[in-house]
Amino acid sequence: MPDVAPFSAGLTARNLAVARGGRIIVDGVDLDLAPGEAIVLRGPNGAGKTTLLRALAGLLAPAAGAIQATGERVFCGVRSATKPALTVDENLRFWARLYQSGEIESARNRLGLDDYAKRPAGHLSTGFLRRLGLARLLLSSRPLWFVDEPTSGLDKDASAIFEGIIADHRKTGGAAIIATHETLNAPGARQLELRNAEAAA
Amino acid sequence: MNAFAAIIVRDVALAFRAGGGALQAASFFALTIVLFALAIGPDLTLMQRIAAPALWTGALLATQISLEQIYRPDREDGSLDVLVETSDTLAFVALAKAAGHWLSTGLVLIAATPVLALLLNISGAALVPLILSLLIGTPGLSLIGAFAGALTAALPRAGLLIAIIVSPLYAPILIFGAGAAAAGAAGDPQYSANLMLLGASSLFAAVISPLASAAALRFNLD
Repeated sequence: MPDVAPFSAGLTARNLAVARGGRIIVDGVDLDLAPGEAIVLRGPNGAGKTTLLRALAGLLAPAAGAIQATGERVFCGVRSATKPALTVDENLRFWARLYQSGEIESARNRLGLDDYAKRPAGHLSTGFLRRLGLARLLLSSRPLWFVDEPTSGLDKDASAIFEGIIADHRKTGGAAIIATHETLNAPGARQLELRNAEAAA
Repeated sequence: MNAFAAIIVRDVALAFRAGGGALQAASFFALTIVLFALAIGPDLTLMQRIAAPALWTGALLATQISLEQIYRPDREDGSLDVLVETSDTLAFVALAKAAGHWLSTGLVLIAATPVLALLLNISGAALVPLILSLLIGTPGLSLIGAFAGALTAALPRAGLLIAIIVSPLYAPILIFGAGAAAAGAAGDPQYSANLMLLGASSLFAAVISPLASAAALRFNLD
């Protein structure tokens, strides 16, 4: 990693409730995320993992409770935010301009996308499209990451790359919350289990 | 390059790539005018008189067909999240999106206008007021249309709904635009008054539309 100033960012949520379609689906979440920490968010389909992540990332207003974030946040969802008509490099360059940061070469290289730099994103396989989407995390240079199902569609190598990226991010003081159904090698990460509100009711 | 310019450049690039809206709008515009000319028949004086209103209506309809593409793809592929989390003021993003739409639609339609005007037997002297009125009015069409696009970003196949939303809002621009083009061609003193009202409509849209679009986008984020 280039010698960047270490982040000192964190996130606190108190008594958080999030709603989707007017219905509260996650309630009473208390959460503290310190620099260097990671939380793995687990729960069955429909438990509200994505909605909770989006609220924590600042994209959705919570139905109740409070979120306090120190440092900028980046959300990386299942939808890769890529444009099929643009090449891999054009997609990366656009993000770099929006986030006003990041070197597209190092991000592209880290995700193993160098051979595809000039290819339209629409020609990439599912797994490589996912890698391109994840490259946005690196490009953003933001300390607080909210990642939804990062390893779905990824092969073993790419999953290992992602685990390495998370580890490096935490080493520089960054923090991440990752929602996943799969096993994720993230040493020291806390687990947060969401129950299905429907089933519980 | 700052984020505002980056959004414009990306949207214009996307509009001119395969599947983009720029050529679609231009082709639709040309088709409308050609069919219209065929329907009128060989009456050249009649054609000359209704050419400006016909071109204005054609440009307005051609603008409408690409409005759905302004926000819906961005919302579907997750790009809207990226735009929201990287912008301090979402209204500036909305302004950039509208500007990108105008550059890839309004400006393309204006570029096609002289050729189509020839088809409708417009004189050289009448062409200048027509182009001028389109230059002033079509940004308003893109701005208002972008708002309708933001409002319906979460709805599949919102094309007809968008047309219903924008049509009443487009009425002043159509009236002043076609009015300015006709008055300019006839040497009518109301020419400048029409142009000024047209400019006022576009400026009004430039202030209201980004703010309204930003509010609509936030509502459509889940």
